[in-house]
Amino acid sequence: MRAQSADGRPATDGLSPVQRFERMALIRSFELKVSELYRDGDIPGFVHTSLGQEAVAVGVCGRLARDDYVATTHRGHGHCLAKGADPGAMMAELFAKGTGLCHGKGGSMHVADPGHGILGANAIVGASIPIAVGAGLSSRLLGQDRVSVAFFGEGSVNQGAFHEAANLAAIWDLPVLFVCENNLYAEFTDSSRMSRVPSVTARCAAYGIEAHEVDGNDVAAVSEAVDDALGRCRSGSGPILLEAHTYRWQGHYEGDAQPYKPEAEVTNWKARDPLVLERGRLVVAGEATAEDLDAAVRGAEDIVERAVSDARQADDPDPMEAYADVLINA
Amino acid sequence: MSSSTPETVAAATRYLDAITQGLADALAEDEHVVLIGIDVGAGGGIFAATRGLHERFGPERVLDTPISEMGYVGAAVGAAMTGLRPIVEIMFMDFVTVCLDPIVNQAAKLPYMTAGALSVPIVFRTQTGAGRSAGAQHSQSLEVMFAHVPGLKVVMPATVTDAHDLLLDSVRDPNPVLFIENRRLYGMRGELDQDPLPLGRARIARAGDEVTVVTWGQSLRECLAAADRSEVSLEVLDLRSLVPLDIETVLESVSRTGRLLVVHEAVQDFGAGAEIAARVADELFDELLTPVRRLGAPAVPMPFSPLLERSLLPNADAIAEAATSLRKEG
Repeated sequence: MRAQSADGRPATDGLSPVQRFERMALIRSFELKVSELYRDGDIPGFVHTSLGQEAVAVGVCGRLARDDYVATTHRGHGHCLAKGADPGAMMAELFAKGTGLCHGKGGSMHVADPGHGILGANAIVGASIPIAVGAGLSSRLLGQDRVSVAFFGEGSVNQGAFHEAANLAAIWDLPVLFVCENNLYAEFTDSSRMSRVPSVTARCAAYGIEAHEVDGNDVAAVSEAVDDALGRCRSGSGPILLEAHTYRWQGHYEGDAQPYKPEAEVTNWKARDPLVLERGRLVVAGEATAEDLDAAVRGAEDIVERAVSDARQADDPDPMEAYADVLINA
Repeated sequence: MSSSTPETVAAATRYLDAITQGLADALAEDEHVVLIGIDVGAGGGIFAATRGLHERFGPERVLDTPISEMGYVGAAVGAAMTGLRPIVEIMFMDFVTVCLDPIVNQAAKLPYMTAGALSVPIVFRTQTGAGRSAGAQHSQSLEVMFAHVPGLKVVMPATVTDAHDLLLDSVRDPNPVLFIENRRLYGMRGELDQDPLPLGRARIARAGDEVTVVTWGQSLRECLAAADRSEVSLEVLDLRSLVPLDIETVLESVSRTGRLLVVHEAVQDFGAGAEIAARVADELFDELLTPVRRLGAPAVPMPFSPLLERSLLPNADAIAEAATSLRKEG
């Protein structure tokens, strides 16, 4: 089955509701495993997981075409997997292996896969937003039909890069979908303390950008909001922002003990686990049986286990790789 | 190799007109080239470098932006990653400090971090130049900041023909290029070469056999004036680009003269002169007749007073004096 977006353009490999669940299960399984591997010292560097935010990644990317662009953040594993990046190549990259998506030169914060329209995770908070706007500019000036999605957190909305990029996308009527994952925390800090206008949606009025709030833990709701937004982005009416309310289960980075989070808040949000919510919806609607979904979870776990064992056995990068790709030969 | 047609090559072209011609040639030869910047469009640029291009190529190729460098430079980087070849203008080099992220963290590193999966063919076009009482925030020569960052080319045309030819080479280059003009050269007249020297090669601007003088940008004029009046025979090399650095041409010259003076308008401390001196010392220590001498601006912000400012910039007299002193030393 190929899902269709509002204007008839095919979405990413046509993610049906069950396939959306599978993709969320893949992200969940990947992130849980990465968290464990990082704790055990198997993965070097810094790791930021997106556990709890899977419905935003899949709700958005599940409606995009393969050649639509996404630019994401340091918390980007979920977006890349949702957009179609190969879990094995991603895991190998996290293991810093030569078979990694970036030959071991990017790592968790810099995974990119242009073949799937993934312009990269980005370790500078806010930096991917102007990049996504630039991809939207290319799409418009080259007469293409591609939408460019900027994923970012509410923490980055206090960066100048967000405001400057939002204004540009608006004045140039670019096909950009801004997706703010409002997970309540900017690193260790309660975001509501950092602005007199904590609503990202409200801030968009300053740039004449239409904005909508959506339940970021409800993948069907996100998909529906995205379908509506994509149709209008592609029609040339300019950018749209979706503020997806969700929750970051883990700390800012793996290893952050999160003493700053109230216990009841964590409990309440975990009770709204996006996978549990979607499982209930699918079963009640008769779109899948509990057995089907259990099988989907096991399938995801198998993919991740295979990715890990392949990554462990893969070769390290060739030492000369350190010197490659600095400057391209003219 | 240059796309200049004979009729466009007027005798005694101004440096500024050569820039305009280079921009027009780049726009004409490749439909993916776009100009982006503050007042580059209908306004024609504050130095008139883009005059007429908006009318000739239209507002989709020559885009005016808000005063919003982080936003539009970041978007230009995103556009370069997705099929366009932007020439993005940063009006004064001092203003790079508000948009370093897209240049240093994004354009310079994304091709490397993605093992070449992404490329960023972009020209960051800017101008510098002390000597016009522009004050400390409009006079800085910051080229070495970028030469220090792997992944960027740094080009500084000192002649009329290079203003045109190196600009075209920079646009055709698959890498991010800082193209740094000097506004004190804008009115200078000269000829356009029919057989331009490629980007990456230094040029012997004046042959000589007693002291090698290495320079770039507007200091070339001062060095040539010094060569005219000096009783010492100076071989003046115009580097044309700091990255790539044509060290072979420098070494070849110094191996003949045995003496090296490096002259630049940028602050001397931690400047490119130190790098060149170190490389020459590494390679030719036994052939040097004297220690390598550097001549740059002292480590002070550029003052407003014309009198004070003049006292800080290396001029032909100081260069000639340094050359004489080197000749006397050994």
